[in-house]
Amino acid sequence: MAALTQLRLLTCGSVDDGKSTLIGRLLADAGVVPDDLLGQLALDSRRYGTCGDALDYALLLDGLQDEREQGITIDVAWRYFATPRRSFIVADCPGHEQYTRNMATGASACELAVVLVDAGAGLKTQTRRHTYIAALLGIRHVVLAVNKMDRVDYAEQGFRAIEAEYRALAARLGVAQVTCIPVAAVHGDMLVQRGVRMPWYRGPTLLEYLETVVVDDPAATSAFRLPVQWVNRPDAGFRGYAGSVAAGTAAVGDTLVVLPSGRRTTLLRVLGADGESGRAGNGEAVTLVLADDLDIARGDVLAAAGDPPALADQFAAHLLWLGDAPLLPGRPYELRIGTRSTIAQVSEIRHRVDVNTQEHLAARRLELNAIGEVQLSLDQAIAFEPYAVNRILGGFILVDRISHATVAAGMLDFALRRAANIHWQHLDVGKTVRAALKGQHPRCLWFTGLSGAGKSTIANAVERRLLALGHHTYLLDGDNIRHGLNRDLGFTDEDRVENIRRVAEVARLMVDAGLIVLVSFISPFRAERRMARERFASGEFIEVFVDAPLALCEQRDVKGLYAKARAGQLQHFTGIDSPYEPPEAPELHLHADRDSALAMAEQVVRAALADDRA
Amino acid sequence: MAARPERVAVMDHLDRLEAESLHILREVAATAHRPVLLYSIGKDSSVLLHLLLKAFRPGRPPMPLLHIDTGWKFREMIEFRDRRVAETGVELIVHVNEEGRARGIGPISHGASVHVDVMKVAALKQALDRGGFDMAIGGARRDEEKSRAKERVFSFRSAQHRWDPRNQRPELWNLYNTRLGPGESVRVFPLSNWTELDVWQYIRREAIPVVPLYFAAERPVVERDGTLIMVDDARLPLQPGETPQRRRVRFRSLGCYPLTAALESAATTLDAVIAEMQASRQSERAGRVLDHSAGTSLEQKKREGHF
Repeated sequence: MAALTQLRLLTCGSVDDGKSTLIGRLLADAGVVPDDLLGQLALDSRRYGTCGDALDYALLLDGLQDEREQGITIDVAWRYFATPRRSFIVADCPGHEQYTRNMATGASACELAVVLVDAGAGLKTQTRRHTYIAALLGIRHVVLAVNKMDRVDYAEQGFRAIEAEYRALAARLGVAQVTCIPVAAVHGDMLVQRGVRMPWYRGPTLLEYLETVVVDDPAATSAFRLPVQWVNRPDAGFRGYAGSVAAGTAAVGDTLVVLPSGRRTTLLRVLGADGESGRAGNGEAVTLVLADDLDIARGDVLAAAGDPPALADQFAAHLLWLGDAPLLPGRPYELRIGTRSTIAQVSEIRHRVDVNTQEHLAARRLELNAIGEVQLSLDQAIAFEPYAVNRILGGFILVDRISHATVAAGMLDFALRRAANIHWQHLDVGKTVRAALKGQHPRCLWFTGLSGAGKSTIANAVERRLLALGHHTYLLDGDNIRHGLNRDLGFTDEDRVENIRRVAEVARLMVDAGLIVLVSFISPFRAERRMARERFASGEFIEVFVDAPLALCEQRDVKGLYAKARAGQLQHFTGIDSPYEPPEAPELHLHADRDSALAMAEQVVRAALADDRA
Repeated sequence: MAARPERVAVMDHLDRLEAESLHILREVAATAHRPVLLYSIGKDSSVLLHLLLKAFRPGRPPMPLLHIDTGWKFREMIEFRDRRVAETGVELIVHVNEEGRARGIGPISHGASVHVDVMKVAALKQALDRGGFDMAIGGARRDEEKSRAKERVFSFRSAQHRWDPRNQRPELWNLYNTRLGPGESVRVFPLSNWTELDVWQYIRREAIPVVPLYFAAERPVVERDGTLIMVDDARLPLQPGETPQRRRVRFRSLGCYPLTAALESAATTLDAVIAEMQASRQSERAGRVLDHSAGTSLEQKKREGHF
């Protein structure tokens, strides 16, 4: 027997368009419904049917008890059949607007969509919606099945009018290939048999078209990509990286790059489904053995070194909301893409898209079944491709971190800002080596507290002491940094956030250089201190809360700022008209109203050098 | 550097199904705390075991097999199970519902429904709870029965092992949400998109061993209500005047022997089995006695925790 290819297709339309009847009849006429099921169908038709004594083919499909009784199809139902020419997987999707999420789920697995319309009713709002969702999910081939031709006397004119209108619509929505077929599902015309009632139609029957249409996967001829799924390490003698090829082909001897680390290596061996193989092709589940012993984990992407995907952590994306609770911008969700799992938040909803008209509407949240264009911010850079280029490296889901529900499906459109084309350059000399040369554990000592609490005084004493002990340090002081790096920033909440982001990033670079870094910033907000903390490895970040009562600080008023603020000459002053959020669990809590600056400095030094003594 | 092949190899439908199943098996290995593969000895389990070995080679599969033994399987099934375990070196856990066995529960004394509930459904829950398994892989296919057509690949179960068809997680692309709450578990179906014909074609292509009961041979059977039941041991009570006849039969689907109908057949090879199935006008589960009791009984069983 010759090898069969497989076609995965989506059918969309509503009960009113006769969709279930069409698929049921297609399966029956193609001869793939077993006799005992046809017998069951005869029983069911009498019990639940809507066709009098005739067989109600729709009943072959509606699976679940509840649905059968309600007479609607609420979930994607998967159908399987094969003809001598092709093997088919059909995602049969519900048509109503409240089941947009179900349709998108079906579409994500398919290469082609069959959209149904009623010849008597013409294009409807749902036709437009179905076509939009199919196009959004990357389906490039659409068949418009104009059903119920029997109700319009099999007339060509009406069909041609619908066809012309639909071709224009599909072109606007970005569908690459459209085929229109007139059918009468209840009688079987143009499904498997041509019938005799539409001699004016010379195109293929529905089954003929589905058996012969060529659907090329653009990923097949693109550059090689493989998201690492599982590290196979049965014993010390073997280390392989298992995963499914997301694009292209790699052959033994090819140079690959590991992302996001940027390390390069050579492909040594490929274990395919049938054992040792010289190549790994698109869609195959393989295990790769590489020439170098690199640190590679699930979630990393192996790619052709000459044409790697970009890395980014900020994206413009389309989001389809699947959750019962709405999307709230700023809330962290778990994002899964390829085999990587990370934390993401929607930083901005640019607009919501009306699924029926594709109009852009202002929105502050997305409800169930809503589609929006959003800006997405990840907590780490990932290797990606736009969804239009690659479904696996561009399609993602969001998972609620508490309920674990899948709350959104998304498609990356493009990376935002400079991050897009900047690849992470691997450097041979790392933090550990630099730190070892200095004989110390790099640290970030983050002093937070009110203005006048004594942060700078203590930090200064700590640095002098560390220097005396032979350590390499640097002190980043809030006021000094505002004279240079941050001279463009004011004191609004937005500017305070950016102030901290920059200084945290500088501190991270200095810790990477092997230094013990002291940061003396008021840093009034918990969220930003947490953001700073998350830039460091565990144990590297020591939050030092210099705790002094406001009254004491105001009484000291070394720089005369409290007086100015009280006089209304200074806006947004922490403690006066801008809040200070004290740390909940600092590594060190210093009591500036109780201990001397030197005693407090000694506490900090002990904490900074904790590992050296151990 | 090796020359890159110019052609793009076309994967046929078995290649695509195989790759998808390997991906799912590896996803389980990468995300489960304690995975297990439910091995029921039939053709689908044979394919699953074959895929399991492929997915993780050259290493051993990082999960054990679990067989729920109802005490009424065909003797040849148990022999085959033990032989395959010895050949492949995989770890096998056999679980029997000892309380059910002590009460003497069986398909003849208590009827099919009670037997299946106690020795299969309850036994499975016991074994999963005792083993602390959070992901259990099964060989169910969506084409087997209407209510399976809407089941997810990663199908969630509450802490009580219940399935809620109205509250399933959407599954997009090949991205599976594997997050679980306390006590929750997931049943994973790597063969979701396979049909019965795909399974047989793959068995032939890969030369996968299957239980000999799938091939026609002369076997002792009795005919009851139009179905042929094999007399596999002395526990099957014969009705007055009933004597087992030797008929040339085989099985399309395997379960507990008193509940599994044989069909008369001359198919002694894989080619003949496949040819016979392509010509057949009966669905696969027509031979399962349990499914006929009510219109949607399998859906009801699944809600209660049946695999």
